[in-house]
Amino acid sequence: MDQQPPIPPSDLKLLGSWADSHTHRVQLALKLKGLPFQYQEEDPLRPSAALLIHNPVYKNLPVLLHRGCPVLHSIIILHFLDDTWPHHRSLLPSDPFDRATARFWSHFADDKLAPAVAAVFSSEGDGQKAAVDQVHQNLKLLELELGDGGAFGGRRFFGGDEIGFLDIVLGCGSYWLAVFEEVMEVKLVDPEAFPRFHAWLRDFEDQREVKETIPAIDKLLEYARTVRQMMLGGVATAAAGDNAASN
Amino acid sequence: MAEAVVLLDLWVSPFGQRCRIALAEKGVAYEYKEQDLDNKSPLLLQANPVHKKIPVLIHDGKPVCESLIIVQYIDEVWSDGAPLLPADPYARAQARFWGDFIDKKMERSCISNLHMNFQSLFRCELNANKSSAFCSFSMDQIYEYGTRLWKLKGEAHQEAKKEFIEILKVLEAELGDKKYFGGDAFGYVDIALVPFCPWFYTFETCGGFSVEAEAPKLVAWGKRCLERESVSKVFDDPVKVYEILKQVYGFE
Repeated sequence: MDQQPPIPPSDLKLLGSWADSHTHRVQLALKLKGLPFQYQEEDPLRPSAALLIHNPVYKNLPVLLHRGCPVLHSIIILHFLDDTWPHHRSLLPSDPFDRATARFWSHFADDKLAPAVAAVFSSEGDGQKAAVDQVHQNLKLLELELGDGGAFGGRRFFGGDEIGFLDIVLGCGSYWLAVFEEVMEVKLVDPEAFPRFHAWLRDFEDQREVKETIPAIDKLLEYARTVRQMMLGGVATAAAGDNAASN
Repeated sequence: MAEAVVLLDLWVSPFGQRCRIALAEKGVAYEYKEQDLDNKSPLLLQANPVHKKIPVLIHDGKPVCESLIIVQYIDEVWSDGAPLLPADPYARAQARFWGDFIDKKMERSCISNLHMNFQSLFRCELNANKSSAFCSFSMDQIYEYGTRLWKLKGEAHQEAKKEFIEILKVLEAELGDKKYFGGDAFGYVDIALVPFCPWFYTFETCGGFSVEAEAPKLVAWGKRCLERESVSKVFDDPVKVYEILKQVYGFE
């Protein structure tokens, strides 16, 4: 096997945010591929000059700098890591059909599942109930694919025996499910309704590299509670304003 | 034995056109199956049970969904043809970024511009017997913009027009003086964007602005792309597209 020279840590720099699941995706990927990197914590609400220079179109995180050149969007970054370091552990499967399937479900994760989960957090009452139902619908689809005859039937992880691209994409973010269950007092991942998804998530979170990447649950809980209070406080303030205006 | 390649598609869909262009660039023979999105076929429902949308590429019985995923699949399977994505990892990342940008921004802005000028999206549903397929391929985006904006007229129209022009300018800046988005070789980003070019005539006509005035390099690029057989074969006549949109959305 070809040996690539050791990568100096200064070659790779990640701009990210500690509570951002997309940042975690990249951190986990770098760890799995054994690539050293520098990390710079960013405040998503106050983008640094570096972030604005390297991501002028979206101004969002994460941004991976490779020898000063920016690569944007976590999913694109994961592809870039595989393209640039093909001899390090591969994240994506090698077969084109399997790659297309992984890409399809990663798009589903970002386009359908994540917004549904976010809606649970940001809504109340009937709106929240509808959002919870939507999450269940989405989880049902993944549960099917993990079952017999599904795209990932019989596998421990989406990537097979080891975690790969789709595990990273789905897994980094799925911890919010448990956090929101507690903070919002809703049931999202019922082990009876979604036994395979539940088992997969438990096994994913048990991986050493994952434990080293994802923040402690109590930190995430505290963060979620703070944001939720701010959101509700904002609603209450607006309502008070409306009342004052109409009186 | 030849591998069976089937494309489930809708002739007017820019997403389907991306796939047709990619297949033509690679010289892949395939069977085209026009879909009726008012009466979805069992094949479509089986091939794309999650979204029930076109395009779907079925290769040796296995379905691949979503246009840019299909284009990447075509590039990876028929790798002896001219590559659609560049070899350099950083250039590949940039190509993926712009493909994603076009998916996120261009398509949404196109739909929102249509709904700024014309009747609400509910008129689209009432015209269900006339090309509702055209509506349904982007229903998510239509609902997102239509319900938010259909009550507003003047100011929202100006906002949508401004956003669309901004997107054109960003793409113009990215293209620069290159022959194609990837440089000298026609590729992934060109394929992602070129099917939207026939829509420009509709926006200009109804929006009261000139795409050529705002993004002349982009217009010149569009003409260069049209010189390629893979593009000219699927390219819709802009006036024909205008007539279809006029019928579907009910504008004067």
